[in-house]
Amino acid sequence: MRPYGDWTDDGKVQLSFSLPMPEGERARQAALALAEKMGFERVLVAHMQAMGPDFTFFVVYGSTTHSVDPGSLTVVEREFPLLSPKEVDLAISEGLKRQLVVVGACTGTDAHTVGLDAILSMKGLAGDKGLEYYHEMNVHNLGSQVTPEEIVETVTAEGADAVLISQVVTQREAHIHHLGEVREALVAAGLRDGVLLIGGGPRFSPEQADELGYDRIFSRGTKPSEVASYLAWAISNRKAA
Amino acid sequence: MNTDRKFERPLGRLKIDKDAVAECRELAIEISQPMEELARTHTTVSIERAALRLVGVDGVEGQGVEAVPIPNRVVDAVRDAIGLERGVLIPFLHAVESGCGHIQSAADAIARGEDTPTWPEGIDLEIATERAKREAAAAVDRIAAANTERVERIGKIGDASKPWFYLIVATGNIHEDIPQAVSAARNGADVIAVIRSTGQSLMDYVPYGATTDGFAGTYATQENFRLMRAALDEVGEDLGRYIRLTNYASGLCMPEIAAMAAMERLDMMLNDCMYGIIFRDINMQRTFVDQHFSRMVHSLAGIIINTGEDNYLTTADAIEAAHTVLASQFLNERAALAAGLPPEQMGLGHAFEIDPSVPDQIALEMAHAQLIREVFPDAPLKYMPPTKHMTGDIFQGFLLDGMFNLVGALTGQDIILLGMLSEGVHTPFLSDRDLALNNANYIFGGASTLAGELSFAPGGDVDRRANQVLEECLQMLRKVADIGMFAAIEAGMFADTVRPRDGGKGLDGVIPMADDYFNPITDELVERLGVAR
Repeated sequence: MRPYGDWTDDGKVQLSFSLPMPEGERARQAALALAEKMGFERVLVAHMQAMGPDFTFFVVYGSTTHSVDPGSLTVVEREFPLLSPKEVDLAISEGLKRQLVVVGACTGTDAHTVGLDAILSMKGLAGDKGLEYYHEMNVHNLGSQVTPEEIVETVTAEGADAVLISQVVTQREAHIHHLGEVREALVAAGLRDGVLLIGGGPRFSPEQADELGYDRIFSRGTKPSEVASYLAWAISNRKAA
Repeated sequence: MNTDRKFERPLGRLKIDKDAVAECRELAIEISQPMEELARTHTTVSIERAALRLVGVDGVEGQGVEAVPIPNRVVDAVRDAIGLERGVLIPFLHAVESGCGHIQSAADAIARGEDTPTWPEGIDLEIATERAKREAAAAVDRIAAANTERVERIGKIGDASKPWFYLIVATGNIHEDIPQAVSAARNGADVIAVIRSTGQSLMDYVPYGATTDGFAGTYATQENFRLMRAALDEVGEDLGRYIRLTNYASGLCMPEIAAMAAMERLDMMLNDCMYGIIFRDINMQRTFVDQHFSRMVHSLAGIIINTGEDNYLTTADAIEAAHTVLASQFLNERAALAAGLPPEQMGLGHAFEIDPSVPDQIALEMAHAQLIREVFPDAPLKYMPPTKHMTGDIFQGFLLDGMFNLVGALTGQDIILLGMLSEGVHTPFLSDRDLALNNANYIFGGASTLAGELSFAPGGDVDRRANQVLEECLQMLRKVADIGMFAAIEAGMFADTVRPRDGGKGLDGVIPMADDYFNPITDELVERLGVAR
């Protein structure tokens, strides 16, 4: 399968990039040559513009010579069913016979609780209610700038079943580092095995769960109902296991 | 490139309830009395450190970002020895006068523990007081000189036309920031803001020197200010327009960062009277005292303050929370006036953050922006672009930024923080900034004269929405005035965030002034600005 521009298999792609060189014919040739190295044919430099004396911006069109076979890929599908709030509550009350205790926090110096609040707060996200809405969940939103030690304390004090760690701001892998710190703190306190450890944020992808040592990673666009459905499923599974 | 733009503040286009506006201002005065009283009767470790910096104490012990600034060492030493209730300047200048007379050497000696501060008596007290007054006068002269120098430079090379395009750089490395800032200026930016390293708000000291390792931003240090200032002066001369530099006087070190900004002739500073409390969990008493001092410094230095009302819209629904923006602006205005900062230096903030899928959201954004324009006719308003609803769809993002620019053009906003099409993806590429400038140049070039032509249907949707927001703001301020500012914050009335008056970070750095508290820097500022005592 190749990209579809305006007919099947034309392989058309539009891309843009800057080169750190002055605008001119040499720059245009450089952009063409780069596009060809990237596997494009019939390359058109549609737009070239100087950004000051030292940089040039390009909009380029080309047909890629590469193709992909989507059927042959290994894809992490959602492993749990999406449930309604009633179904989630039922699964928890049958599985746990008590409320599911959730502790959520943004760790490190990240003060962006937008994501965490969207998942946890009663109001939720775009009509999809947050975990506080669920009768069978007892939610503790610790907010932002929470240390791993504070998380461990709260997990112990509240008897948490699930820990949700959110990281929005990142630079140079800070998000990975902070998630790791929390996991280590839980392991050191002997709490890791007793909780579902969940991470989330726009810079993560679900495939990172194993490498981070987390039970589940949620990324950009996750709705609270997905997290709730996951928790219901995971609790039942753990009971079974 | 033609950066001459036409700019007009369209006023009197809405039928705004003037009595409601007047009552909001009266309520703001009432609400801020206890905050002002607190500021008049307390000092903080940061104010005392700022005083030392202003009289020339600098330097650091140790290496890297963790190095301890000498002003911190001196203030801690004074606090440990005799307390800070009477201020740091007398014991410090007593140490200076008793020693070699040299300010930095005396500070270093105290920092090394070689000298223990004492409170002088008799003739020693007179000598220290005289020295303190002299140093303070010189320090405050230096603050005022920033204003004079800015005016001179603008007179010589030319000023930027409004609206000012405000662009952010933040690589974490000041040496990378500088070429990006210069490139942005060449491509049409009028104001460069260097975002600070994440978490700097919570550091109770200001790092030292040129730094290269910030996290999601570059540390605000005096040397970084100096370096960027010089680079922007150079490119400004070349371009024939003064390029303004912005940084952030927020967090636990507002007074010190304000002092540094004045000393290095920065032009705009983030300086909100409530941001740190609500969004960074800094103790409210610390913030109220710190912001008052820092605003006096900003005022005399001719610095425009920017306030952070965009945060109310990113943490709540932008339609439901519109009135909280206005309420916060009234409070920021009042706190600024109480510190002698005039409307011409109040870059009150607001933002374009309504969900783009909501019907008629452009009309709503116009109503909000026009309302604020008319309520604060003399303020250089700062308008901030969409962030919450920006996604990986960069084409949609570019369009949203265009609409934001259009509303900004039609409502006469003075300072436009340029939106980046990649806001929802990553920190901007060089080309993202360039595209943002192209977007803004096109819209402002094409639409700014329309601001003078537009009027809104009396009693129409825009008019009614504006008055609705004003009415909700009035109701909110009445409630806050009823229970008082401290109680209102404790009750979570701002951004639904509960903050106890003795909670958060930094309360231990708030010190009640003794009857013989002496800070001639504050006295000079109060005197020159005509601030109420």
